[in-house]
Amino acid sequence: MIRFALAGNPNSGKTTLFNNLTGATAHVGNWPGVTVEKREGVYKKCAEPIAIVDLPGIYSLSPYTPEEVIARNYILDEKPDLIVNIVDATNLERNLYLTTQILETDVPMVVALNMMDALEKNGDKIDAHVLEDLLAVPVVPISALREKGLKELMDRAYVACKRRRDGVSVLGSSRLASVINDVQKLLRDAGVPSPLFHAIKLVENDEIEVKDHPEAHKVVESYKAGFDDDVFGNDFEAIVADERYKYISSHFSKALVKKSGEKHALTRSDKADKVLTHRIWGIPIFAVIMFAVFHLTFAEDFLYLGAMGALKGEWVSLAGKWGEGIFGSSDGISSPGVILFNLLDSITASISDAIATGMEGTTSAWAQGLVVDGIFGGLFAVLSFLPQILVLFMFFSILEDTGYMARVAFILDRIFRRFGLSGRAFMPMIMGFGCSIPAMVNTRTLADDKERTATIRVIPFFSCGAKLPILVAIAGAIAQMFGSSADAITFGMYVLGIVVAIISVLVMRNTTMRGETPPFIMELPAYHAPQAKALGLHLWDKTKHFIKKAFTIILVSTIAIWLFSHFTWGWKYVPDEQMDVSILAGLGQFIQPLFTPLGFGSQLGAAGWVFAVAAITGLIAKENVIGTFGTLAACLVAGFEADEALEGVDSVQAMIAATGISTAGLISFIAFNMTTIPCFAAVATAKAELGSSKVFRSTLVFWLIVSYIVGTVVYLVGEWWWTVFIFLAAAAGAIAGIVMYNKKRDAAKLAPAAAAGEGSSPRGSESADDAPADKSESAADPAEDAACDSDGASDAESAEQAPGREEEEK
Amino acid sequence: MKKTLDTFAVGERGVVTAVAGEGRVRRRLFDMGVTPGAEVMLRKRAPLGDPVEVSIRGYELTLRKAEAAAVMTEVEA
Repeated sequence: MIRFALAGNPNSGKTTLFNNLTGATAHVGNWPGVTVEKREGVYKKCAEPIAIVDLPGIYSLSPYTPEEVIARNYILDEKPDLIVNIVDATNLERNLYLTTQILETDVPMVVALNMMDALEKNGDKIDAHVLEDLLAVPVVPISALREKGLKELMDRAYVACKRRRDGVSVLGSSRLASVINDVQKLLRDAGVPSPLFHAIKLVENDEIEVKDHPEAHKVVESYKAGFDDDVFGNDFEAIVADERYKYISSHFSKALVKKSGEKHALTRSDKADKVLTHRIWGIPIFAVIMFAVFHLTFAEDFLYLGAMGALKGEWVSLAGKWGEGIFGSSDGISSPGVILFNLLDSITASISDAIATGMEGTTSAWAQGLVVDGIFGGLFAVLSFLPQILVLFMFFSILEDTGYMARVAFILDRIFRRFGLSGRAFMPMIMGFGCSIPAMVNTRTLADDKERTATIRVIPFFSCGAKLPILVAIAGAIAQMFGSSADAITFGMYVLGIVVAIISVLVMRNTTMRGETPPFIMELPAYHAPQAKALGLHLWDKTKHFIKKAFTIILVSTIAIWLFSHFTWGWKYVPDEQMDVSILAGLGQFIQPLFTPLGFGSQLGAAGWVFAVAAITGLIAKENVIGTFGTLAACLVAGFEADEALEGVDSVQAMIAATGISTAGLISFIAFNMTTIPCFAAVATAKAELGSSKVFRSTLVFWLIVSYIVGTVVYLVGEWWWTVFIFLAAAAGAIAGIVMYNKKRDAAKLAPAAAAGEGSSPRGSESADDAPADKSESAADPAEDAACDSDGASDAESAEQAPGREEEEK
Repeated sequence: MKKTLDTFAVGERGVVTAVAGEGRVRRRLFDMGVTPGAEVMLRKRAPLGDPVEVSIRGYELTLRKAEAAAVMTEVEA
């Protein structure tokens, strides 16, 4: 099959074009670097089917981040039949910079001039014909969003892909023309494909090319020795970039007709930006937006009307009898998220009731138990959280789609830098609230390896959608039984996750993941209104994914849990009342003591093994934790109370009643599940993204240690507040230890460095730029192991947990 | 008047004359259009003073003060 690759700057609309060409539902965002992996689809409206490959967005074909290497390798090694180069018309100069580089390869190409409508709205115009003459490849104006010009684009591309094309360069008449010619000839004679492209990259001193063609690089070096430009000296890298942009602005700007009167009035985008990134209000606004999102999704007492006493019960009669449970109670009106939750909950409850009644007396006791408790109990407990997950995703998508998330990176970079990360690491972390898997993949937009490893390790602490049921169910149960607000607990747990992540990163960057703070150079895309279609597709995709998971892995797990909890080692059926002799209970009771310091171990008595089992089943999929409660609570409680399937919040309440677990124990249980080893799909992704199996193994140990410590601290401080002081003291000790160790280490490191005559400034000579990276690489490995064996690093984490916990109690 | 980009006041304009340093950060700045001859304007500083946002080649770019310090410019006095 013919293959076309979509290449272009980040945020130029490639993914939108890809979706419209192939009918796929890839996620689109207004953040440079949403696509980090290449994706394939098929376009069917041509003479023959065409495979379309969506490459990650790149600014240049020089390798800066792992994703740029993916795109470059694809273009050069996999040799697509044609490249569709998407050019954002509103940002012509910088987009054409990449175009001039793609032109240098021998791959046929067409230019898709996207966002022409947005440009014309500003009153500007681009003459596609002029551009086509200059570039000597087809240029087709399109609107990927409104699906205009796509047919013409693909038709012309189909014609172009059948023709041979030789690379051309805008540097042909530049100061470097002769060196480029010589190197190109050398490479062509050696049989290298796209010799012009490689020649120019060699002249640019590109790290990959220099390694691949050492002979040709010598030619460049000899030219360099005798070269002297008045402005740049023999800095070829600067000359090439300069020539490209010079050529673009002098030639291609002919195609661009600007509206008369150079200064545009303040656009809506500018006005919004003024407020959202305000020097004083920027950060408070961000905090308020985040809180509003959670309040809209989880609050039982929406807008605090109940707390303010504004309702006093009159509204209940207003809402009608049937609406009382769904739209709120006399304590307050439910937020939109909770209303949807209640709606689905009442539907699933009546379904399981109907099934239970239908099966009564017609089948054997164990078949009825398997269906009602095992299958529906677990499944519905998980499914009932779908509405709230979707509402939360919707808000995050909207924030990302409008371009606000990119500004958040800008606002927060200063804070991230304190922890040795860049503002760019913000995106994968925020994505972690959705799902750890795409978040871990997204770390490829980070240029620095150590920053990547550190970020991947803390991503699970940003509580994902699958952990949401744990949070909501337990917070809801606590709220109902002990009278506190569910959204405050939920929000607090998210904050706790973030605090653990911050402390972990700090400790890692100061112990095993040392390195210079990575640079932060990022495009801030223009704001635009969120697109309903893209949002709808994204949510539909999430729903499909969630339901698929619920009916496959979670269904299997809940059935297995029910079976193992109702059969003995001798494979004999035991009714609900005698579940504590079952296989699962046996296993649970065996590991139960492990969780005693965390507040959900031996102190819970006979039924306490359920918590231990739930935590273990969470390793398959986090939804299983509540699924397990759903399955087991139904049985446990059935013995004492009613005979019906219980869902989410109810099943947790039942478990609380059965075990007498304390609030501190419950919160510790959430904290443990939030920070421990993620589901196995995420573990597999981490393994793939981390590359080295050694780093991966220490990552698993890291997750276990952190979650155990966090759980312990949360429980102990929650139960006996004065233990805070013990942990604070331990933290202080650990911090002092790390600081002193680092001082010593730096001193030891400086001595040989000074002897070797290396500059100590971060932007010193070339050798200084490369050397520290290599050195710390080798230094990191022994340190890595040390962190896992001794508790030095993790002590600090446990100890510093205390302040986080205090905040949450307020 | 010669000036590095990190010392710009908000709203100040200049023309890039050179990018100092070596290595990947410099390469990245070139790729993002921070090359000699480009007109640059400091749009704003982040709430905590760093990073900064600049307008260059018709789009908005954010970079830290540390990176901006490598960008030499010529500013009309």
